[in-house]
Amino acid sequence: MSPAEKISPNHTITATRPSVTDQVDAVENDTSSLDTSTTEVRSSGSGAVNAVGFTKRHNFLFSEVSLTFRRPRNLAMLGVLVLVPVLLGVALRTFGGPEASDGAPGIFTQITGNGLFLTFAALSILVQLLLPVSVAVVAGDSIAGEAGIGTLRYLLSVPVGRTRLLLVKYANAVVFCLVAVTAVALSSLLTGLLLFPAGPITLLSGGTIPMAEGLLRIGLVVLYVTAGMAALAAISLALSTLTEVAIGAIATTVVLVIVAQVLGAVPQLAGLRPYLLSSWWNDFDGVLRDPVATEVMGQGLLVFAAYTVIFGSIAWARFNGKDISG
Amino acid sequence: MLTVQEDITSSAPPGARAEDYSIVTRGLTKRFRGGQVAVDHLDLAVPKGSVFGFLGPNGSGKTTTIRMLLGLVAPSEGGWELLGSPMPGGLRTALPRVGALVEGPSFYPYLSGEANLRRYDAADPTVDRRTASARIGDALDRVGLTAAARKRYRAYSLGMRQRLAIAAALLRPRELLILDEPTNGLDPQGTREVRGLVKEIAAEGTTVFVSSHLLAEIEQMCSHVAVMRAGRLAAQGPLAALRAGEAVRISVETPDVTRAEAVLKGLGLSGVRTGQDADNEVSAELGEEPAERICAELVTAGIAVRGLAVRRPSLEDVFVGLTGEGFDVAG
Repeated sequence: MSPAEKISPNHTITATRPSVTDQVDAVENDTSSLDTSTTEVRSSGSGAVNAVGFTKRHNFLFSEVSLTFRRPRNLAMLGVLVLVPVLLGVALRTFGGPEASDGAPGIFTQITGNGLFLTFAALSILVQLLLPVSVAVVAGDSIAGEAGIGTLRYLLSVPVGRTRLLLVKYANAVVFCLVAVTAVALSSLLTGLLLFPAGPITLLSGGTIPMAEGLLRIGLVVLYVTAGMAALAAISLALSTLTEVAIGAIATTVVLVIVAQVLGAVPQLAGLRPYLLSSWWNDFDGVLRDPVATEVMGQGLLVFAAYTVIFGSIAWARFNGKDISG
Repeated sequence: MLTVQEDITSSAPPGARAEDYSIVTRGLTKRFRGGQVAVDHLDLAVPKGSVFGFLGPNGSGKTTTIRMLLGLVAPSEGGWELLGSPMPGGLRTALPRVGALVEGPSFYPYLSGEANLRRYDAADPTVDRRTASARIGDALDRVGLTAAARKRYRAYSLGMRQRLAIAAALLRPRELLILDEPTNGLDPQGTREVRGLVKEIAAEGTTVFVSSHLLAEIEQMCSHVAVMRAGRLAAQGPLAALRAGEAVRISVETPDVTRAEAVLKGLGLSGVRTGQDADNEVSAELGEEPAERICAELVTAGIAVRGLAVRRPSLEDVFVGLTGEGFDVAG
């Protein structure tokens, strides 16, 4: 008889391979709500209570976000993203815009007439590669980067909870997507308004809308592009759980984006196009119609949601059963 | 296999409960893909309040065991309890009471020591946020890193990194501290400091489970010890009980080895050996015989005695006795 058996005959321990984290995460919510309530009992002012409860539950997300925006690499990427609309604006101002007869897309021909169009032009350029690359860097690094430097094993033995860690990492990536797209939009707006005339927007469908509504519609574009990038972040996060080499997850994401775009450009494979994530990123010109053409953008959002759910589930399933040996 | 382990079982107080042990493993086994068995049916029992040395050469399964205890790696077979609760179901409630240093320090190189601790503290959903600064300050102070708190981790020396990892394990009061090779890479001064810290923590009532491949280190720190060999448990128990298995020896240094040997045998001593450590040396198990009488007998027999020593068994002797092989002290 082993010493342990002798000590506590009442405890039975399953000898099959246990799923280490499932139970951990299952009780997580209970634990945190319990803690919040204890905090509330101890504090007196109700306003302060909510603040404490909030920071308590979201402190790790805050830590994650501040880590992301403190890394020089990520700041450099944001800098490049912000610079592109400036360069685009200066080039158009210096050399003049393209004529519609050159076969340039409608958005580009209108920039010199209305600075607000620079936002649409800049986003439609950046959404092809630069935005996806920067999202891949942040999301691809999220789990693999921690595994690579060994901090993952310490976070998990804190214990942070595997599902919670994954959720916080994804939330952080979505925050980065939103910040990156917003930064591009703001930089474009500023450049456009400084270099070109501004005023009511002539829509692609012919009518005009006041400038204030134009700004609102730019807000819609920002949200749409963010959703598209967030779907890519889910793919990148799933890849990030498969490796301990962050650059591997990042590079694989970028390669997938390029492959998808090549496939989407082959006319013979047109049937494939609606299933490719990258095909939908640029479909935000519906906001330049009156009324806003919601059908295509709605389909785009559905595709983004589908990709997010599928790859989010893959990431979760993979990460929860994983042996952390790095 | 070994008698020592059975002694422990019988020496455990009757009616001992799971709550009396900080760590209990039952048949804990890890088979990696490819069939390599890293840990083979391990039955550990770490009593509450002990400083428990987990000894074994590199590659004997110590770190894999620690990873399983912390829920980082799922066992292929067997189960374990931490602080009286069965795992892995209780990890969420048990781990906040466990501080761990696993396979060397790991931190964010671009953050300061203090910011690194803040990061790990933020990951803990069960801790009081408002006391974070005070607790981080205390932990840094305890390992003597207050002066370097704002330096980037990248600029830390190996010893400072190791100490920061111990500070991370001390971010809140713990009932159990799991330290995997805590003195790795430390200079003699740093090693002494870590030893002092472990004693201090143990004195507060925290159970300390410390793995090492260095015999001397375990011998100086621990009240209990378990010895791993190729994934299997070779022995475990209180240090004193393990030592009791090895006899106290008397060794005589003399130019006249053959006659000295005859005298020792004549006195009825067992285990008489010659030339173990040096050519002109004879040794035997002391048994109940007083050393001074043996000395007198040798001198009476006209044997020139150059030196006489009573040797208490070191852990290394115990280890050699248990496993029949030397210990890779250098690692």
